[in-house]
Amino acid sequence: MFAALADATRLRLLKRLSTEGSQSITRLSEGEHVTRQAITRHLYALGSAGLVRHKRQGREQIWDLDMKRLEKARQYLDHVAAQWDAAAARLKAFVEESS
Amino acid sequence: MIAMEKAQSTDRIEKHFEVRAPRSKVWRAIADAQQFGTWFGIRVEGAFEEGKTVRGFITHKDYEHFKISFQVVKMEAERYFAYRWHPYPSDPNYDYSKAPMTLVEFTLEETDGGTAVTIVESGFDQIPLARRAEAFRNNDGGWNGQAKKLTKYVA
Repeated sequence: MFAALADATRLRLLKRLSTEGSQSITRLSEGEHVTRQAITRHLYALGSAGLVRHKRQGREQIWDLDMKRLEKARQYLDHVAAQWDAAAARLKAFVEESS
Repeated sequence: MIAMEKAQSTDRIEKHFEVRAPRSKVWRAIADAQQFGTWFGIRVEGAFEEGKTVRGFITHKDYEHFKISFQVVKMEAERYFAYRWHPYPSDPNYDYSKAPMTLVEFTLEETDGGTAVTIVESGFDQIPLARRAEAFRNNDGGWNGQAKKLTKYVA
């Protein structure tokens, strides 16, 4: 997964999808110094890493950041935080009970 | 009441609360592995010692099969206790030994009312794939800042 980010072009693609929103390969290729084919390969690599996803719209493929992964990561962190809340409460009860 | 604060960052979880007990008692509850196990819910084999790794078993029946490992990083009597481990399992079917280790730090401070406890668990950024996408969604740091953050993770 980390190898997918090794390329500056891929970082740029992620940045564009973030700031500009979902878009087609045609648009993503605009202003880039690499071929459309290369852009497509990069997008598929990012897709395999779970960072972006695509859907067909007419004759184009529209690409976007994969927000579902992001949500899962947030949920996991929330879960761990809740575990610590519970642990903190148990520590508090443990030390406050009269010896 | 327990006051809890969650850090804004996605890399760490931070809890602050006060307990009505002397610091030495709170320290024993954390640094003594057997006492630790009692309230934490993990049965620890052996003692916590700087530089040592101790094993533990979750006492909850759905998670009994998980092998928990505490890599004790630092113990500063009555003040600071830190260890590395794989994150606490939330899914009984996931192999957390594959996940990168996080750092857990307990810090104790004397207060008028007893002891202020801070618990920080950090290192989560290494774990979720989607963190990479999020770095771009929240463009606070600017492009250069984000790129630096990401190239840090590049193989």
